[in-house]
Amino acid sequence: MPVTTPAVVESAAPMRSPILVILAAWLVPGSGHFLLGRRGRAAVIFCAVVVAFTIGVAMRGPLFAPAVNGDILSKLIQYGGILGDVANGLLYFIASFAGYGPPDAPGHAADYGSKFIVCAGLLNILGIVDAYEIATRKKD
Amino acid sequence: MLKLDHFEVAVLFALCASAVLGVVTKRTDADRLRYGLVCFGYFILAIFGIGWFMRILHG
Repeated sequence: MPVTTPAVVESAAPMRSPILVILAAWLVPGSGHFLLGRRGRAAVIFCAVVVAFTIGVAMRGPLFAPAVNGDILSKLIQYGGILGDVANGLLYFIASFAGYGPPDAPGHAADYGSKFIVCAGLLNILGIVDAYEIATRKKD
Repeated sequence: MLKLDHFEVAVLFALCASAVLGVVTKRTDADRLRYGLVCFGYFILAIFGIGWFMRILHG
């Protein structure tokens, strides 16, 4: 009977600490791949996340804030949104410290802007997970 | 303030999402490019499909 082993891929990636890769990829989108020598993929992830985040900010999408009141579903949406916002790393912190915080205005533009910022963070999470798997030799 | 309509926003989102999906999934660059383009195509197909569905639904 054949014995199955975990899929560990031989990789030409330079050795980097997975924690360092995760931190770098979170703070600067694509930098995890850059550290691992995947410069083309790093550039694609960086551009996609920065473009999505910039569109969200240009559309004056509000950042999510902790919900004080409201039902469990509202709180779930708010905290999920915060997670998505924070996943943008330095982009989020720079925007916050620069005083970016438009009010939640009526209309579709601000609503889409807010979702774009969250989606940029979620795309960055995909990049972080991919960089982690390369760093731990689970994929190339 | 940037003002985009629903279609423009959806296409821009599809572009960003399919680029990242293509990059993080496949093993070779050719496969990544192909997968990214396929994802983008499906996004556009879904945009038009759901758009027409809502138009029919609203009458």
